[in-house]
Amino acid sequence: MTAAELNALTVHDALARLDNGDCTSVDLVDALAAEIQTRDGDLGAFVSVDVDTARAEAEAADRARAAGKGGRLCGIPIAVKDVLNVRGQPCTCASRILDGYVAPYDATAIARLRAEGAVFLGRTNMDEFAMGGSTENSALHVTRNPRNRAYVPGGSSGGSAAAVAGGLALCALGTDTGGSIRQPAAFCGCVGLKPSYGRVSRYGLTAFASSLDQIGPMTRTVRDAALLQEILSGVDPLDATSVAAPVPPYAAQLTTDLRGVTLGVPAEYGVEGLDAGVDKAVREAIARCRALGARVVEVSLPHTAYAIATYYIVATAEASANLARFDGVRYGKRCADAQDPLDLYKRTRAAGFGPEVKRRIILGTYVLSSGYHHAYYLKAQKVRTLIRRDFEQAFAVCDALLTPCTPTPAFRIGEKTQDPLQMYLGDIFTVTANLAGIAGLSVPCGATPEGLPIGLQILGPAMKEENVLRVGHANETARGEGWIG
Amino acid sequence: MNYRISIGLEVHVQLQTRSKMFCGCAVAFGAAPNTHVCPVCLGYPGAMPAMNREAVVLTVRTGLMIGSTISTYSKFDRKSYFYPDMPKNYQITQYDRPLCENGTVVADGGDGAKTVRIRRIHLEEDVAKNTHFAQASGVDFNRAGVPLMEIVTQPDMTSPEDAFHFLLALKQILQYADVSGCNLEEGNIRCDVNCSVRPEGQEELGTKTELKNLNTFKGVLHALKYESERQMEVLRTGGRVAQETRRWDADAGETYSMRSKEDAHDYRYFPEPDLMPVVLTEGEVDAWRAALPEMPGDRRTRLVRDHGIPEYDAGVLVADKALADYFEAAAKLAQNAKAVSNWMMTEMLRLLGETERDIRTVPITPAALASLVKLVDARTLNSNTAKEIFAELFATGGDPDAMVKQRGLAQVSDRGAIGALVDAAMAENPGPVADFRGGKVAAAKFLVGQVMKKSKGKADPQLVAKLLEEKLAGGGM
Amino acid sequence: MNAESAPANRIDVRYVANLARLALTEEEVATFQGQLGQIVDYVQAIDRLDVTGIEPTSHAHLQQNVFRSDVARPSLDQASVLRNAPASRDGLLLVPKIVE
Repeated sequence: MTAAELNALTVHDALARLDNGDCTSVDLVDALAAEIQTRDGDLGAFVSVDVDTARAEAEAADRARAAGKGGRLCGIPIAVKDVLNVRGQPCTCASRILDGYVAPYDATAIARLRAEGAVFLGRTNMDEFAMGGSTENSALHVTRNPRNRAYVPGGSSGGSAAAVAGGLALCALGTDTGGSIRQPAAFCGCVGLKPSYGRVSRYGLTAFASSLDQIGPMTRTVRDAALLQEILSGVDPLDATSVAAPVPPYAAQLTTDLRGVTLGVPAEYGVEGLDAGVDKAVREAIARCRALGARVVEVSLPHTAYAIATYYIVATAEASANLARFDGVRYGKRCADAQDPLDLYKRTRAAGFGPEVKRRIILGTYVLSSGYHHAYYLKAQKVRTLIRRDFEQAFAVCDALLTPCTPTPAFRIGEKTQDPLQMYLGDIFTVTANLAGIAGLSVPCGATPEGLPIGLQILGPAMKEENVLRVGHANETARGEGWIG
Repeated sequence: MNYRISIGLEVHVQLQTRSKMFCGCAVAFGAAPNTHVCPVCLGYPGAMPAMNREAVVLTVRTGLMIGSTISTYSKFDRKSYFYPDMPKNYQITQYDRPLCENGTVVADGGDGAKTVRIRRIHLEEDVAKNTHFAQASGVDFNRAGVPLMEIVTQPDMTSPEDAFHFLLALKQILQYADVSGCNLEEGNIRCDVNCSVRPEGQEELGTKTELKNLNTFKGVLHALKYESERQMEVLRTGGRVAQETRRWDADAGETYSMRSKEDAHDYRYFPEPDLMPVVLTEGEVDAWRAALPEMPGDRRTRLVRDHGIPEYDAGVLVADKALADYFEAAAKLAQNAKAVSNWMMTEMLRLLGETERDIRTVPITPAALASLVKLVDARTLNSNTAKEIFAELFATGGDPDAMVKQRGLAQVSDRGAIGALVDAAMAENPGPVADFRGGKVAAAKFLVGQVMKKSKGKADPQLVAKLLEEKLAGGGM
Repeated sequence: MNAESAPANRIDVRYVANLARLALTEEEVATFQGQLGQIVDYVQAIDRLDVTGIEPTSHAHLQQNVFRSDVARPSLDQASVLRNAPASRDGLLLVPKIVE
């Protein structure tokens, strides 16, 4: 097989090829490494690639496969967002403040993939500490949208989305706190699953907002996402918020029709600023679901208008504490010639964090500070309860919800960097899933006339990943375009 | 003018668990620096806390011992402040829903019992230990994350001595509950102290200062004596006490203001998202209550009742749980509690005091003491020899039975042998024999001494006296 | 940010940044003052909602009593801890001298 053919494979295809002996894991690693070497200078999806280690892991996987002992992902190269700890690798979170840090342990998600034979190819770019929606907040470099180099890939998991959609990785891990898997998947035209809160262990995921963060797969097909999710799901004694719910065989349960499925369309999704192309593509998707046998009902999520406000209070409050540990004492980069610990902290953090991270730390510190705690933080926690209830009521009458993933397709690099509030407002469709702890999937559902991908968001009840995967797979299959390499 | 003192304490107690509060690192004192650390207790990126159930159990047990209300719903919060000993720059603690609320500790000082009300007991994680060099400070994170229970009192203590006696009483309870090693040298118990003074007759409390860095009970006593005097002097000279945090400098015997804590009071508490709440049912709590260890007062009563030892002795023994444990172990083996108690009250306490040893680590085992008591009861040893053996056992340990056998220390109680010695002594001392027979009863004592001397101390003194009496009365020779 | 709409809310950026241990330049203070003012104006939208009697949500799901048993496990080796540390001496992690 040619390198181009190898790089265009889905995970399931690659597994079949490996099984047949059409290629080896080393072939896959070599082909991707060569492609990264050639094209990533321009695309900027990766922040680091360790070909030697990946090759060694691939050789081990090939031996295991030959011995009939390979796991479910034996020999599959995977790209990992730079926010996850992989033993022996740097984990910079695209921040200067973690310069020099080498992870001494595997995140649980990594350990689970490793146990199934996955090969860790490289680390992908992101908005610094996962704060942003364009990957422009990376302290390292810009990542471009593989569909159009002038556009952002979305974020914060922009590097993972660009790598998967751009032919530099068969699959990747992302993390999603307010849409950071789904939005870049929509912008780049790949599949992104944000699992329910507690579905995947967060141990080893550098926390942005602990009550919202989840790790999830970014893939070329829904079936691939289902396979990865089967492996990632499950309770972990190292993460007290992980949930011991049974893990269904997601991939095996996929169907091409939607008979017996009730889908809800929220009345509130027609927001101001919704792009006409996005609206059209999503309406087509709704019609397609109907044609596949689904019953479509209108539902109401009345507190959606408060979601972004709630999200930015809760997320930044938690982030302000989570990022306090970056102080130049135990790891990472420290400022020179500090006079005392206070000076060390203030200058290390001033030099180590970029502007968006500083903005959010200040906002989060403010909403928790004495005199403001009740008006902002506590109130937002109560509104969060109302948002959760909205979804409980909606899911009482439907199996999944359909919405656009984003109000607009990808925007141009540099277009929104000076206006953080405008950037935040783009999260309107995605943040609610994190606040409510439910499952959310983004699948490609079309493109604008300029060729920018559009994502359909499918939301499902907590611990019902199978619902969103089924709807996503049926849509993907019915569209019939398959994955476009 | 006279002044009234009000003192409240926040006592931090390290719990006796095998592993840390939120990770599996071993709790170990005195290990090489930064060898009992992991991503969790170092605050590495991505690490998450996992709650040690035993720490929750020990905290609840403490609450039950002092009559606290145990919360059926309790949660953990983040308390934010930056300090080099704090790995995450927030501490996981309990803000508004502690595990235990209310309760009382009775402190028995010289001037009568005093009841100190407890406000709350919560669970948190200990911080790292700083060492200071000339140009820098060094941090050892081995201690970071050790389970720490904070016991907060009401300001019910009215003298430094009150605070001292409260701490002794609390330590006794903690030892009985078996929740902490209570080893002050290892920093198992540390205190922050609030102190205020006000003119007599004034109802509301004066402005308080907080004293930090108190690692010994004597330190608390001395610091409070200094600080209450200092505050009274400020008021006497027309000044105002500043609300501030002060540090006790034990070497200088002074407290001084800590500037570094000035802006640290906006802690931005919020619920710890990485930990789930602790919900206890009444059934669970009742079961734990039923399994509580005996309280010191109950044990004292029981020792008097079951072992027939004096009230006073029982009080001394139960004051230190380990001492009482030792006593009970030895008494059971010896079948003579009074004798064991006598040894404990006299030789044992004297030698413990002189050598500054801990009863838990002395070489003389309860079994050895029991054997010694039995040897005396069987008249195999006389009391002087027994004391010598005790001292030796205390210093180096050993088996009294073997020692007696090896060294031929058994006291002679053979009538024939002792009779021969008595005869010899009478023959050698005709004067005293005549004196006795002439009515000087005291002369018999001299003769007993002579016989003992001949036996090299091994003769049974009672048998000697008896035989001597018989022979003197019999008028032989 | 839109220069024409001055934010109604003023965060004391300097004070809050100090709490968060961030040294800011004058320029940053000015920029953040404007941007965060706007953001706070926006998030104040939640003020319009009546949340009387509503319980706060701190976790997305309701688990409780998630414990670990008291078992000691191996720690990191000291060398790896020291390799990650910016400065160390004799096994201790070094910081500028703490003055209390």
